[in-house]
Amino acid sequence: MSYTLDQRQLDRIEEILKTELVDNGVRCVFLIDMAGNIVTNLDNGEKQHDIYSLAALAAGNFGAVSAMAKIIGENEFSLLFHKGTKENIHFNKITTEFLLITIFGNDISLGFLRLKVAESVDRLKKILEPLAASAS
Amino acid sequence: MAFINLKSKVIQVKIVYYGPGRGGKTTNLEYIYRRLQQRIQAEMVTIKTHGDRTLFFDFLPFDIGLINGYHIKIQIYTVPGQVKYNATRRLVLRGVDGVVFVADAMTVRREKNIQALRNLQENLAIYKKNLAALPLVMQYNKMDLAEQGIPLLGTEVLEHDLNRELRAPHFPASASRGTNVVATLKKIISLSVAAVRKEFL
Repeated sequence: MSYTLDQRQLDRIEEILKTELVDNGVRCVFLIDMAGNIVTNLDNGEKQHDIYSLAALAAGNFGAVSAMAKIIGENEFSLLFHKGTKENIHFNKITTEFLLITIFGNDISLGFLRLKVAESVDRLKKILEPLAASAS
Repeated sequence: MAFINLKSKVIQVKIVYYGPGRGGKTTNLEYIYRRLQQRIQAEMVTIKTHGDRTLFFDFLPFDIGLINGYHIKIQIYTVPGQVKYNATRRLVLRGVDGVVFVADAMTVRREKNIQALRNLQENLAIYKKNLAALPLVMQYNKMDLAEQGIPLLGTEVLEHDLNRELRAPHFPASASRGTNVVATLKKIISLSVAAVRKEFL
């Protein structure tokens, strides 16, 4: 799938990620496609990560887990969560082509994060779903 | 599927090194990483087995500067060459913009090259892509082994086996010594960026 996002769409995506996630305490959030490209990324300015490597690995990781899901008869696992001692990472599929990744500390509960991610995903779908329909 | 960010003016181009197991795909990337270290800010990412074979992929991102006002970010991937890892090869091919096929010039690997090329075509078909229409460079690796008396396939044989219909640019190479590694990379970057420009800019 080839797709292009214009400035207005990217501004809206960033506004959603900022108000729903970064303003609520998420350290870092990425919107990536399943090929490992970064569509947009925002952080709270505390830490800089190697975002391109992270996106490539995240897309690969999500793809691997989706393949595992099919082997055990599930269509997919739509979200993944990895827990660390200080940092945690959460993956949520938005559409077949896009993935939302959040990195957050222990000051946010997983339940609250999942709620905020779910709200963001609903809003992002409205922008990203028409792309899949019009893509070549 | 290059991704173009019109806001930050960044184009991400995905190039995949494909080929039979132990053919030298990772060695190509390691050489590029060493040679271009000043220009590459990120670390090379590799996911290997304990036996030092590529398990998932290697990944190397770097910038090549501005074209038409857009920052071009090249993302190079290798696939695991071993036959059993086809599911991961398929994942890495998703959204590919250009392919380097690294063939092993050793005579004993002739059949493996042909199988790997066929496998590439099958896996691209899943994404409705055709190798003939995709930027492609053939690299005939391990040419330095001739010095040690190891029987090698000549370029003509490799061209006949792999490239008689595709007619892609080809390079005899030695990834371990770095011969034609950068030439291969430059060629696939120029073909891939030209294809992206034609499609989007």
